[in-house]
Amino acid sequence: MTDQAFHRSQSEMLGERPPPANSVGVIGWMRRNLFSSATNTLVTILSLVLLWWIVPPLFNWVFFDASYSGSVGADCVGHGACWAWLDQRIDQFLYGFYPPESYWRVNLSVILLVPALAFVLFDRLPGAKYGRWYSLAYPFIAAILLVGGFGLEGVTTDKFGGFMLNLVAGVAGIALSLPIGILLALGRRSKLPLIRWLSVGFIEFIRGVPLITLLFVAVIILQLFLPSEVSLDQLLRVMIMITLFASGYMAEVIRGGLQAIPKGQYEAAEAMGLRYWQSMRLIILPQALKISIPGIVNTFIGLFKDTTLLIIIGLFDILGQARLLQTNQDWIGKVDHETFLLAALFFFVICFSMSRYSLKLEKRLDTTRR
Amino acid sequence: MTAAETDHKNPGEPVIQIVGLNKWFGPFHVLRDINLSVAPRERIVICGPSGSGKSTLIRCTNRLEEHQEGQIIVDGTELTRDLKNIDAIRREVGMVFQSFNLFPHLTVLENCTLAPIWVRKTSKAEAEEIAMEYLTRVKIPEQAEKYPGQLSGGQQQRVAIARSLCMRPNIMLFDEPTSALDPEMIKEVLDVMVDLAETGMTMLVVTHEMGFASQVADRVIFMDEGQIVEQNTPDEFFNNPQSDRTKLFLSQILSH
Repeated sequence: MTDQAFHRSQSEMLGERPPPANSVGVIGWMRRNLFSSATNTLVTILSLVLLWWIVPPLFNWVFFDASYSGSVGADCVGHGACWAWLDQRIDQFLYGFYPPESYWRVNLSVILLVPALAFVLFDRLPGAKYGRWYSLAYPFIAAILLVGGFGLEGVTTDKFGGFMLNLVAGVAGIALSLPIGILLALGRRSKLPLIRWLSVGFIEFIRGVPLITLLFVAVIILQLFLPSEVSLDQLLRVMIMITLFASGYMAEVIRGGLQAIPKGQYEAAEAMGLRYWQSMRLIILPQALKISIPGIVNTFIGLFKDTTLLIIIGLFDILGQARLLQTNQDWIGKVDHETFLLAALFFFVICFSMSRYSLKLEKRLDTTRR
Repeated sequence: MTAAETDHKNPGEPVIQIVGLNKWFGPFHVLRDINLSVAPRERIVICGPSGSGKSTLIRCTNRLEEHQEGQIIVDGTELTRDLKNIDAIRREVGMVFQSFNLFPHLTVLENCTLAPIWVRKTSKAEAEEIAMEYLTRVKIPEQAEKYPGQLSGGQQQRVAIARSLCMRPNIMLFDEPTSALDPEMIKEVLDVMVDLAETGMTMLVVTHEMGFASQVADRVIFMDEGQIVEQNTPDEFFNNPQSDRTKLFLSQILSH
């Protein structure tokens, strides 16, 4: 009996032991990351002081000391923010001057946008095959919903406004600037001189001129050249300009990706007998676009924020609504920070989501993992 | 009787016929008056110092490089600017590169089925069957679902060979297939190439692996300064080189 016990203890391997308590969990993480050296400790303490100095007063201003009710600016009496205007004005911040009885049409377009985006962004959804067709059809569905037709009462685009206007222009621009940018990037590398010169000329012109100049051209000067009976919708003109502007930048971002693809990839595709468009679509672009994701999303975000320039054609996007309220007799001097803060929040939510999604996409497309 | 032999359109005729080929890179005369005729099932090893034009020569054979003078006729089709001819020839000619050039965003299996599906219009199921057959022949069927980046260099090059074979070519071009490999991986790739030679595939191989040349080649071609300096059976080439340039080259590469 004792013999057996002795033998057993001989053959036993060392069991696993948890690591020392001070190297795991919250404490371990803090030791490694916040207090690993004297400098690190100092930076940590300074950062905490800075946060203590900024965050509580900010929260007090935004939430705890804020006034929430009232019908004019004078009703806001505390030291905090004045949110009393939200009640009467939030609709205009969201929908502009769109007829209130038709708000549901805007809401429905946004709800329909969700699956349309999902089928483009996530490739493993059930019914993806038909979903893609839906995504392609979405712009037309949304246009009909928003502008009217097919039994829906017509709404002219000068009624568009608020964040809805930013979304309309931004989504359209994002959806179109990528394919146009790809074509321009390929055109710039084309072996055919004419196509190459046209692409280079277009890209360099777009990049050499400020966006606001292009918008003025679209709004004022274009009308001088068009025959008077042709009146292209102003919003449409400006959206086209924003899209073309983003396409020029997009083309250069994608060209960078194309240049990072080794020559051997083109040669292997050629040697296998793939035609130009086949090798671009199957071999080169998937790799080039993957490399370009940070730049592409960067351009998307820039484009989305450029939609605030719509104010120059007299449309009031969310920033325009903020300006309107700030100069309103009832609210003047009371809502300067609050309205901008709300607009910033809307933009931040959308732009941050794009940025997070792009990180996720990069991880998923990384095929070098071991 | 092998598939490779019966597939040739004109049995007995040379499968590659190169006449008076000249090529320039800018002012640099890289190929000078090359004449070469390759018989079906023939295995040719091309060697020579770097810059001698050997890679350019085989790259002209499937139009990765355009030649300026002379004629290249592959399996009865002349290489001209005509895209139809170029497509036809590329379907018949497989190529393996020094740097593998696998498509990193596709799995091994997808690398192998891509061209059959898009160029030969084979069904996906059939293309996958063919791909597994050739992946088995290069001894890595178990890696089919992996990405190229997860494989060793030797494995990648074997996939590249399988990928070319999936198009069922009559002719295989090898452009220094082992030059980018670690020593212990060279053998696994050469073994696959020896296997392939035994099936009767017509092969043009640019390599400095002289062991491979003497074991497999029907003919060894030595190039220098854009021209064919000497060609002979491996036995004669290694034991009884004629020109001084060949002797010098052989003494340099065989001295280690």
